[in-house]
Amino acid sequence: MAVISEGLDRRGVGWRRLAAIVADSRDLLGWLFMLPAAALLLVFLLYPLGLGLWLGLTNATLGEPGEFIGFGNFVTLFSDDVYWLSVFNTILYTVVASAAKFMLGLWLAILLNQHMPFKAFIRAIVLLPWIVPTVLSAIAFWWLYDSQFSIISWALRHLGLIKTNIDFLGNPLNARISVIIANVWRGIPFVAISLLAGLQTIPSSLYEAAVLDGATAWQKFRFITLPMLTPIIAVVMTFSVLFTFTDFQLIYVLTRGGPINATHLMATLAFQRAIPGGQLGQGAALASSMIPFLVASVMFSYFGLQRRKWQQGGRD
Amino acid sequence: MARNLADQAGGMQYLVSTPRRVVTVYLPLAIFVFVLLFPFYWMAITSIKSNAELYDTSHGSPFWVIKPTWDHFYHLLFETDYPNWMWNTVIVSVVATFLSLFAAVLAAYAIERLRFRGGRTTGLVIFLAYLVPPSILFLPLAAMVLNLGLFDSKLCLMLTYPTFLIPFCTWLLMGYFKSIPYELEECALIDGATRLQILIKIILPLAVPGLISAGIFGFTLSWNEFIYALTFISSSENKTIPIGVVTELVEGDVYHWGPLMAGALLGSLPVAILYSFFVEHYVSSMTGAVKE
Repeated sequence: MAVISEGLDRRGVGWRRLAAIVADSRDLLGWLFMLPAAALLLVFLLYPLGLGLWLGLTNATLGEPGEFIGFGNFVTLFSDDVYWLSVFNTILYTVVASAAKFMLGLWLAILLNQHMPFKAFIRAIVLLPWIVPTVLSAIAFWWLYDSQFSIISWALRHLGLIKTNIDFLGNPLNARISVIIANVWRGIPFVAISLLAGLQTIPSSLYEAAVLDGATAWQKFRFITLPMLTPIIAVVMTFSVLFTFTDFQLIYVLTRGGPINATHLMATLAFQRAIPGGQLGQGAALASSMIPFLVASVMFSYFGLQRRKWQQGGRD
Repeated sequence: MARNLADQAGGMQYLVSTPRRVVTVYLPLAIFVFVLLFPFYWMAITSIKSNAELYDTSHGSPFWVIKPTWDHFYHLLFETDYPNWMWNTVIVSVVATFLSLFAAVLAAYAIERLRFRGGRTTGLVIFLAYLVPPSILFLPLAAMVLNLGLFDSKLCLMLTYPTFLIPFCTWLLMGYFKSIPYELEECALIDGATRLQILIKIILPLAVPGLISAGIFGFTLSWNEFIYALTFISSSENKTIPIGVVTELVEGDVYHWGPLMAGALLGSLPVAILYSFFVEHYVSSMTGAVKE
């Protein structure tokens, strides 16, 4: 501070000296470089995170700050059947879709790891579902699931497998299966390409040794591929679970939570209560109530799958 | 070298007969590719079918188009706000991406190369920030945006998108910066270069592949963003493509599938084209980021 208050005529020199001090100190320079990122993240990420927790304790509406009402919103939510249905739906959706994405993604990764013509091209086009905007591919699925003009129904009817059109989004069970399929479709490429990267790091000498020892294909997969992939599987599945649990777009486009709330996820219910419904406080409470589930699911998929890595003596 | 690797990849293939390979590899792969790509084919074929053909499945196969028409694209480009949404999406994505890259380059350099006190912790905190999903943040952000008077403006999207772009770009760039030898930086320091000069003249040129991948990722993520734009934008003139297509092209109970599919196709093309130019980059950097 003394440097700065040295007087107007010497301010130029003072600033230069201050700049020199900052430039010489890695700590000060480090924090200076962190400034833009820190400012944006503090204002638009950390502050809203806290504000969300606070709003959950108020009866705020859009535009009205509202008053503190303690755990009123949570009491209302916990006695609300629709809330518990959305919790159930979210868990079901996450578990089934993540498991399917993992198995199919791993299978696709193993297929893509084979030597074949047009390998690079096939790998590139397979990523397409992951690249295009989810909402836009969801609209394509909406059209594929149309109750009257669905091409899937048409094809199955002409193959003689069904008599009448399938009502993909009209009844609870079908709607749940349909949205999960659409989610899995979009998630497979990410899992597959990430796991493919892991597969490529496995030395082929391991497989050669296994073949010489007379290992079967299943044994090679079970005792070489899977253990070697575990660390990457942990990271990929953590992300997959996280994004599936908080999914919003797909449901919003395909069903908006219907029929009879059978596909409402916590995120879509929070949106519906807060924005069209106007009850911002309750929506924020609902969104906040996702946090424990989120932390638990991330912990589960991360530590649960990470286990082998430290057992082998790698760093945690 | 490449030849060598290819040989290695096919190392033990002579052990597997061709018919067996067809059943265990090519057939499942063909089914995967078909299922993953069919929705795009269906999108494209629907967008060039006339309404008469769309809603009459009794003549011919619906998998093909008898009389292609550009009517739906014409409707989209000249009778709706679509070009406007496209422009908004481009502007918002470009600004948000550059803002994030700027912040992420400085942050990644500070964490990875300056190694300031608390740098490791900061890196971890930034990674955790990436795990905070927009679904929890959109409501308080909506309240904030409303209070700041930014509601229904493109500016609020440009400011909020970096919250999910910065953590990702920082993490990705940290990996790139790590691979640049320290000796280069030490030489420059001895020659009297400042840290900023080192960053601009030595580190950044060497990290161009990383910058490109981070830029493509950032642009794609911004282009695809939905929940913030849906919540913060209400007037048609400020909407982005995903929001415009979902909220404006769906009129009442009558779904105009032709224009909807044309809109979905046109909205997907820019990211698909951008991606196709850098696909090698993209796949390798993604695998790099995952390996971290």
